[in-house]
Amino acid sequence: MHARCGRHRRPRRARALLALTVLASTLAACGGDDDGSRPTLNWYNFPDDSGALQEAADRCSRESGGRYRIEYNKLPRAADGQRQQMVRRLAAEDDSLDILGLDVTWAAEFAEARWIKEWTGENKRRATEGTLDVPLQTATWKGKLYAVPYNTNIQLLWYRRDLVPKPPTTWAEMLDMSRDLARQGKPHYVEIQGAQYEGLTVWFNSLVNSAGGSILNPSATEPSLGPPAVRAASIMRDLARSPAADPSLPNQMEDQNRLAMESGVAAFEINYPFVYPSMRSNNPTLFKDFRWAVYPRVDAGRPSRPTIGGIDLAVSAYSRHPDLAFDAALCLRDRENQLGAALKGGLPPTLRSLYDEPEFMKEYPFSKEVLASLESASVRPLTPAYQNVSIAVSHTLSPPSGIRPDSDVSTIREQIDKALRSEGVIP
Amino acid sequence: MSTMAEPAKDEAQDTKALSAGARQERRLGWLLCAPAVIVMLAVTAYPICYAVYLSLQRYDLRFPDRAEFTGLSNYGAVLTSPFWWDAFWVTLFLTVVSVAIELVLGMGLALVMHRTLFARGTVRTAVLIPYGIVTVVAAFSWQYAWTPELGYLAGLLPSGEAPLTEQWPALWLIILAEVWKTTPFMALLLLAGLALVPEETLRAAMVDGATPWQRFTKVMLPLMKPAILVALLFRTLDAFRIFDNIYVLTAGAHGTGSLSILGYDNLFTALNLGIGSAISVLIFLCVGIIAFTFVKLFGAAAPGAEVKR
Repeated sequence: MHARCGRHRRPRRARALLALTVLASTLAACGGDDDGSRPTLNWYNFPDDSGALQEAADRCSRESGGRYRIEYNKLPRAADGQRQQMVRRLAAEDDSLDILGLDVTWAAEFAEARWIKEWTGENKRRATEGTLDVPLQTATWKGKLYAVPYNTNIQLLWYRRDLVPKPPTTWAEMLDMSRDLARQGKPHYVEIQGAQYEGLTVWFNSLVNSAGGSILNPSATEPSLGPPAVRAASIMRDLARSPAADPSLPNQMEDQNRLAMESGVAAFEINYPFVYPSMRSNNPTLFKDFRWAVYPRVDAGRPSRPTIGGIDLAVSAYSRHPDLAFDAALCLRDRENQLGAALKGGLPPTLRSLYDEPEFMKEYPFSKEVLASLESASVRPLTPAYQNVSIAVSHTLSPPSGIRPDSDVSTIREQIDKALRSEGVIP
Repeated sequence: MSTMAEPAKDEAQDTKALSAGARQERRLGWLLCAPAVIVMLAVTAYPICYAVYLSLQRYDLRFPDRAEFTGLSNYGAVLTSPFWWDAFWVTLFLTVVSVAIELVLGMGLALVMHRTLFARGTVRTAVLIPYGIVTVVAAFSWQYAWTPELGYLAGLLPSGEAPLTEQWPALWLIILAEVWKTTPFMALLLLAGLALVPEETLRAAMVDGATPWQRFTKVMLPLMKPAILVALLFRTLDAFRIFDNIYVLTAGAHGTGSLSILGYDNLFTALNLGIGSAISVLIFLCVGIIAFTFVKLFGAAAPGAEVKR
């Protein structure tokens, strides 16, 4: 693979003929990596099928004026696989990674392990200028900036206008509406992520924050939880035990939710904006009445705080060209490339000004709601032990119908406590 | 060695046992073994010792500044964790059930291979094919076969069934994949055992009026006992460390994770080398206990002991 070419850069004269031949072919495969004046920067990011990321890499290579060439390397599709590949190579101090596309939950872990470089000075100014505040929080650890937000993502409430003329504003209201629809024999499910995985943690996190609490304390030294967490767990259980629950709730992830909504059995769906273009092409009839609103509130008087997702770009601590890598990362997420990723790949941008861009607003009719949600959004617990925290939550609260709010929250507290002391065993 | 301490008493025997030639032979034996011993020490003993060393520390790649010696606390954390015990019982269940099924099926296949009169080579080759296929490749084909809307086996189930996403169906499918894959190995070992049964003993039993079942249980099984125990030992040790089939089929989700999966997740997902190493060491101890138990059983049934009776 190209990524590993760096190791065989300079053949020595004394090498045997066979070795030289092999090396020569390796060099040829590397496409002149580093031997000229134009270093290659390896960008590792999630696999993108829309072509937007490759285009951004090409554009930035062109516009660098011959200073560098960006090679876009696709990571595995699943988040765990992406993290494992990067972690394994960074732990071995692999210098062939330069720019890393980190999930928003990994920055703290990579920073604490000293695998990524801090952003300072002019680079930091350019990274933060005009960038939405909540995505920046995901890239910050112990008051220092370790990555630059690339794209973000947030869930909205999607509903069918033919069934509910006015969207619910709170969870209680939504469950009431669902019960009414069930009594009338109409589609009434609330489609939400109830399987035992990251999505369940996101649901819990959104509810805890919407109820005015948080999973960890601000300095990430111990769990906070408390009454808002009990409240959140109760809402999850109530939904799971009401007619609003899809029978396959305990196995549902984002995509099963999308399919259920498209098949017409549901009235509501909590999901990311990718469901919109999908509904348009898969069920044009329902699409006419497919509407959206901000994430439901826990209390009528307090705005909801849905959890953000997305990707942050970081520079590897073992990069051979860190200065160029900072520059390239800033280029990859500049206005034009973010617009391209939003229009082609459907990824919500992290630059505030793009939400006023007419081209974007046309493709994203819900851009106003997305922006409003992003401004009040919450982040998942920022801690190097996030993997353990997430697993503690999703394992304890699965299946949602079996939740016992008080005892489950204290179980989560115990497990997070252990994880922060490196004593947590993960299943 | 004790004989060396008392040279006067057993001198006659000792000089015979340790004559110059014998001693030289023994030296040569050690010399010939030495390269293998050194390699084994380097690739086995060193990692084992390093794992034990890591397991006694708080060594978490995510908190590199807080590495410290913590004694046995990692073992305490693992052994008090419900996840360890869940994985332990799952592993034990998979081991016992799959090895039991393999033994019965393997015996059947061995008898078929032993008794086949025509195309013996073809039959034996055909039986061995599953064992020749790479486990991960086989596991992927099982996985696709059981994936709804994609696989031919999932198509046989009522629609909406996703057997790999529920604990018990998934566990049985893992056992199926294991049994399919390793029964040939079991059969091969048992076939070697069958060759130990002398034909004339069976004929004598037949003359005495023993039924085929009596010949099988009263003559063949006792004579095959050492071979059966060796086959069981090999398979139990393998099955207890089951990883690849589970990793591909369910990745340990829905309560199907074995101990090896638990160790892998804690090392490579949680990056907690302390806890992960403690799990590895505990698996090593479990395997050691299994091997020890079998060797004790096996020792009691050594061929020499049978002959003396």
